Amino acid sequence: MRYLIVLVLVCLGSTGWAQNWEDRQVFNDTDAATTLRIISSTDTDLFAPLIDTFVARNPDIAIEYLVTGTADIDLRFRNTPEAFDIAISSAMDLQLKLVNDGYALPLENVAHLPWAEWRQSLFAFTSEPAAIVINRAAFDGMAIPQSRQELIEALRARPDVFRNRVGTYDVRQSGLGYLFATQDARASETFWRLMEVMGGLDVRLYCCSGDMIDDLTDGTIAVAYNVLGSYAEARAESQSTLEIILPSDFPTTMMRTAFVSRATKKPQTAAQFIQFLVSYQSSPVDGAGLLPLLSEKENGAERRAIALEPALMTFLDRLKRNKFLSEWESALIQK
Amino acid sequence: MDSPGVSGSLRNQLALTLIGGAAVLALLLFFAVRSYAVQVAQQGQNNILEASVTSMLDAAAIRDGRIELDLPYAAFSMLATPADDRVFYAILQDGVHLSGYEDLAFSQGATGGNLMFEIGEMRGGAVQKISASRTLIGANNRTEVQIVLAQTQDALSETLDQISRNAALLGLGFFGLAAALSFWATSATIGQLGKLTSSVTRRGPQDLSPFTKPVPREMAPLVTSLNSLMGRLDQSLSRSEDFIAEAAHRVRTPLATVRSYAEATLQRVDKEENREAMRSMVKAIDESSRAAGQLLDHAMITFRADHLEREEIDLVVVARELVLRLTPIADMKDLSLTLRGDPHVPYSGDLVLIQNAVRNLIDNAMKYSPAEGAIEVAVALHPRPQIRVCDRGPGFPTDEIEALTTRFRRGANAANTIGSGLGLTIAREVAQAHGGQIELANQEGGGACVTLSF
Repeated sequence: MRYLIVLVLVCLGSTGWAQNWEDRQVFNDTDAATTLRIISSTDTDLFAPLIDTFVARNPDIAIEYLVTGTADIDLRFRNTPEAFDIAISSAMDLQLKLVNDGYALPLENVAHLPWAEWRQSLFAFTSEPAAIVINRAAFDGMAIPQSRQELIEALRARPDVFRNRVGTYDVRQSGLGYLFATQDARASETFWRLMEVMGGLDVRLYCCSGDMIDDLTDGTIAVAYNVLGSYAEARAESQSTLEIILPSDFPTTMMRTAFVSRATKKPQTAAQFIQFLVSYQSSPVDGAGLLPLLSEKENGAERRAIALEPALMTFLDRLKRNKFLSEWESALIQK
Repeated sequence: MDSPGVSGSLRNQLALTLIGGAAVLALLLFFAVRSYAVQVAQQGQNNILEASVTSMLDAAAIRDGRIELDLPYAAFSMLATPADDRVFYAILQDGVHLSGYEDLAFSQGATGGNLMFEIGEMRGGAVQKISASRTLIGANNRTEVQIVLAQTQDALSETLDQISRNAALLGLGFFGLAAALSFWATSATIGQLGKLTSSVTRRGPQDLSPFTKPVPREMAPLVTSLNSLMGRLDQSLSRSEDFIAEAAHRVRTPLATVRSYAEATLQRVDKEENREAMRSMVKAIDESSRAAGQLLDHAMITFRADHLEREEIDLVVVARELVLRLTPIADMKDLSLTLRGDPHVPYSGDLVLIQNAVRNLIDNAMKYSPAEGAIEVAVALHPRPQIRVCDRGPGFPTDEIEALTTRFRRGANAANTIGSGLGLTIAREVAQAHGGQIELANQEGGGACVTLSF
C-alpha cells in the first residue's frame, strides 16, 4: 500500500497531501446548523445540482464537498474514518472493501433495489458504462469502430496516425481504471490484445478521466479507452469533436456508490442525504442533474453493471494485484 | 338432596394430560426441526467455504522460487449471499502472513491439507472460519501455503429465523390438532358416563329394575354395582311394603271383632256416661280400621302401579257403582251424593286402582262435609277423561294445596277430623300410574274440588 500513497502524492502534485484536494467547495455556507463532510471522486460540476437541490430542501444542512481520486479516498478514509460523514466513489471494489472491513454504518430506512445495495450500507446511485471516446477528426472518412475488436483493427491499420495518440487510465494510480481493467480482463482476452496494441503505439497513461478528455478534445490523443462517457457528455464544448462509443461486444458498467461512515457524528443527517441521493438518482422526475441515473438496462440492451459482491475484493488481493499489474505493465509499457 | 363431594374433574384431568402431552411433543418437534435445520444450514455454509478455499489453494503455484496465488474470481463470488455476508481471508506461507487480512487468525497452524473449521469473531461480527493448507514443492524448496477464510453468518441466521418461524408454526399446528383431538377423545369418553347418568335420572320413581343397555367394559363394574344396589333396595322396599300390608291386615280383623263387641255392649249399657265412653271407643276403632284399610290400599297401589292391569272400562259406570255403594253411608250422615256429567267416558285403565282412588276421594269429601252438605261427583270426557269430586266443606288451606298430596300430610284445618292423610296420596299415585295427574282446587262459595284426570 505504501507505494500507492507515493503514487497518489505524485498524481496530486503536492507534498502536504492531507490538506490538498482536487477541489473543495462548501454549499449553503451561511446559515446551517450542521455540516456534512463528503469525500468524493465525482467532479464538483457534476454533483453540484444534486447538492443544491438537497440544501434548498434542507436549509439547516451545509455540505462540505471534497474531491480527490478513488485510491486517495480509500487511503484517507482508512486513516481517518471519523473525518468524513459520507464517502462517494466510482471505485466499487475499494468501496465494497471499506464496507466489508466495517467502516460503514448500516442504514435502516433506505429503500433500494437489492442488486444496487450491499449490506444496507453501500448504495449505488448511477449506472455508467465505460466507453471508447474518439476524436472524430482522426476517423474522418473512416468507419468508426463499434467494438474492441474493431478498435484493434483500426489501430493496427494506421499505426502512424495513432502512435503516441491513444490514451487510457494508468491503473496503478486510478482505482476506477483498475476496476475497469480487471473487469475487462475477466470478461475477455480481447482486452489483453487491445492493451498490447495500445502498448505498441506508445500509449499515454492518465490518472483521471478529466485530463484524458481534455487531451482528446484538443486533439493530443485520438482514442481514449475506458473513459467514463458521462464525463465526456457533460462537456458541452466537446460535443462536436468527440464521439462516445459503447463497445458492442461486452459492456463494462460501473455504479457510483456511497456509504455513511461508521464513525460519523451525524448519522441521521448523513442517512437523510443518502435517502435523498438514492431517490434523486432513481426517479427521472427528480433527476434533473448531470449524473446518469441508476438503471438496470441502457438503450434497451441488457447492460448489467458490475455486481456488488465480495468477489470485487479478488483483484484487491496483494498477490493478485501484483500479478495483474505486472501483466498490465508488460503489455502496455513495452521498453 | 345433598350433592356429592366433588374433587377434581375426570374431563379436565384427561384433557389436561392429553393437551400437556401434545404441548411437550410440539415443543420437542420444534426443537428437533430447529436443531436439524441449524445443522443443515451450517453444513451448507461449510461446504461453500470449503469449495471456495479449495479453489483458492488450487490457484497457488511456485514460480521462480516465489509463491504466486492467482485468486479465482469465483472463489469470492460463490460466497455472495442474499444477506450480503462479509468475507475475510488471509494467505500465509509457512505461518508468515502473505496477503489478505492480517488480523484474521486461526487457532491452529497449517496441518498438511486438513480442513479445519472454527467459530470466531472478526471486526464486530461472528464468523465461521475455515482453514486449509497445501504443500507446494518447488525446484529446491518445499513450502506450505495456508489459507484462512471467514464469513459472517447473517444469511445463515436469516435462514434459521425463517426455519424457526416455520417450525414454530408446524409445532403450533400440531399442538392445535392434538388439542382438538384431545377434546374430542375426552368428550367421547366422558359422554358414556353422561349417558349412564341421564338414563339413571330419566327413570321413574318406582323403577328399580337393573340396567341392561350395553356399556363400555371399563364401566361394567360400576353398572353391576349399581344394579346390585338397586336390587337390594327393591327387595328391602317390597319387604317393608309387605310388612305394612301384613300388619294392617292382621290388625283389621281383630279390630272388627272388638268393634262388634263394643257395639253390642253399647246396646246394653244404660248409664249415659258409659254410653259416651263406648261411642268414643267405637269411633276410635273406626279410625284405626280405616287407617289400616288405607295402608293396605296404599301398599296395593304401590305394587300395582308398576304392573298396571289395564282394561276397557267406563268411568261413568265406575263412579255410579261407587256412588250407589256409598249412598247408604252418606244418608247416615245426612249428606246428598249425586253423579252427573257425560253419559259414557270410556277409558283403558286399572279398574281396581281407579275404584280405590275415587272411593278415597268420596270418603274424604264425606268426612269434611258439614251435615246436610251436598257432594257432587262429575265425570267428563273432555279435555281428558276425568272424575271430579266436590264438596261443601271448609276447602283446602290455600297455602298448603301443593303439599297436601304427600304421604301422611293433612291440612291444617283438619285437626278435628279423623284421617290418616293417605287418601289424596293414594289418588295421586293412581293418577300418576296412569300417566295422569291430580288437581286440587277450592270452589267459589266454599268447598273443595279434587279432579282426577287421566
